[in-house]
Amino acid sequence: MNADTFDFLLNGEYWTWSNYDSFPHRILEHLHYSALALVIAFVIAFPIGLLIGHTDRGSFFAINVGNAGRALPTLGVLMLVLVLVGTGLMPVVVALVILAIPPILTTTYAGIRSVSDVTVDAARGVGMREWQIITGVELPTALPIIFGGVRNAVLQVISTATIAAYVGLGGLGRYLFDGLALTDYPRVVAGSVLVAALAVIIDLLLGLVQRLVVSPGVDGRASKGRRGRRDASAAATAVRTVEEVSPATS
Amino acid sequence: MIEFDDVTKRYPDGTVAVGNLSMTIPTGAITVLVGPSGCGKTTSLRMINRMIDPTSGSIRIDGEDITGQDPALLRRSIGYVIQHAGLFPHRTVVDNVATVPVLEGMSRKQARAAAYTLLERVGLTAGMADRYPVQLSGGQQQRVGVARALAADPPVMLMDEPFSAVDPVVREGLQQEFLRLQGELGKTIVMVTHDIDEAIKLGDHVAVFAEGGRLAQLSAPEELLANPVDDFVAGFVGRDRGYRGLSFAGSADLDVEPVTTEVEGLRLSLDDAGRPLGWAGVGGLLPTEGSYHAGDSLRVVTDLTLLSPAGAAVRVDAEGRADGLVRQSTVAAYVRRRQLGRLGSTES
Repeated sequence: MNADTFDFLLNGEYWTWSNYDSFPHRILEHLHYSALALVIAFVIAFPIGLLIGHTDRGSFFAINVGNAGRALPTLGVLMLVLVLVGTGLMPVVVALVILAIPPILTTTYAGIRSVSDVTVDAARGVGMREWQIITGVELPTALPIIFGGVRNAVLQVISTATIAAYVGLGGLGRYLFDGLALTDYPRVVAGSVLVAALAVIIDLLLGLVQRLVVSPGVDGRASKGRRGRRDASAAATAVRTVEEVSPATS
Repeated sequence: MIEFDDVTKRYPDGTVAVGNLSMTIPTGAITVLVGPSGCGKTTSLRMINRMIDPTSGSIRIDGEDITGQDPALLRRSIGYVIQHAGLFPHRTVVDNVATVPVLEGMSRKQARAAAYTLLERVGLTAGMADRYPVQLSGGQQQRVGVARALAADPPVMLMDEPFSAVDPVVREGLQQEFLRLQGELGKTIVMVTHDIDEAIKLGDHVAVFAEGGRLAQLSAPEELLANPVDDFVAGFVGRDRGYRGLSFAGSADLDVEPVTTEVEGLRLSLDDAGRPLGWAGVGGLLPTEGSYHAGDSLRVVTDLTLLSPAGAAVRVDAEGRADGLVRQSTVAAYVRRRQLGRLGSTES
């Protein structure tokens, strides 16, 4: 990173609300596209992953969707949808959703499958109904793996959401494409730095959420001796709070 | 009382796991289902709480056919303990134990309070309540598993190889405590094991299954050892059945001789308090190799007569003072008379 890039990043003009091309605006746009795509992808992939994992039927489907999804070039999908439905937010969101589904679907499926058969047998044997087994035992036990997939999807979507600028929308990709067009390389580098920083910050936040939501009994914290145990009781309180507000687990 | 009425479980590929099984499992006692692998004992157990549904026939618990009952509700009214415990890894010990009461609608707080009491009952400290299963040993996990099964105070408990996954020393301890607990609770327990010795030790009744899900014999363990119905049961029960059967006989009726009696040229030497020191003979003092109390089984006494250099077992009172001797020949004659009486009575 050279001095020009710093100058660009520290330019006060780019930190005001009045300037439509400022960093706060672009970051919000970027988060908007990313969040929209991630929520849609999650709503599609997560329930399917749960169902396939719980029943162990259709794992062939989950694996193939995972592989095919990874093989699709996002830019190609973007152009295809653009040709089919025209410009706007839709092509970008569709391309990002297709990018985000495979990691969420495959890790949800794999996470649920990783729960020991003995545990599931015990859950059924003590009288839990199937949905109680899924929400009360399989899901909480699979959470560390599922979080891995979701965080992976978030990273990929945030870094790929730059393509929105390629089809005339905003987001942090603006600096990249505008910079390339203007041969203003400090602008390109600054845009990349912002995308990377945003992705890392969101990932760290998700890491915190994960720590609060996942039981120490399943992510290795509980088995790490005394320090782990103290953490465990603190996090256990958090987990109980979450369990109590969620009617599904009671 | 759990009744199996002509129950058959046949899988789509034609395998018969359980064939025309009829048996009655009495209330308030431990009935152990035992047999080689693939004999249908686990299938039979799992049909009681509808984890598996029979192809034909019916199962009744206290006269009520379970076929039409809601499986989840039925299972909550039956304790369920399995090999490796199957604890929920994301829940603390106390929350694992509170599972069924919470499912039944009890408040979490109330269920936890009850769970603490249960933990003590199965020999765990309150300090373990907030741990996660991963922090417990196999034996501790199994205790939690038993506590979880007991939490809703079900009249019936199903236990599938509950002590198989722990090492022999821990297993011995768990079995002892299990018997003590059952002495207090008096549940109707159905247990599956592949270990005939465990079956004989724990069962009030033992059901021996043969391949193809055939019930070969259902009887009290001493009966099983003394009178196996066929070669399969005799073979499965194994060696030393005569000797092992002595575990079920008391030693109270044995003829006891005074401690001063000379046996095979040896005389029992006592300390000032009257406790046995050893057998005094020409070569000096020989060890007694232990002693028995009046309540011990015939097996203990027989074993002592085999170990003793004098061929006689020493009986002691509660304070450890020797109060009698029993010779090998006395034991042998007693066992012979006992066996004669037993076989004579079954044939008549």
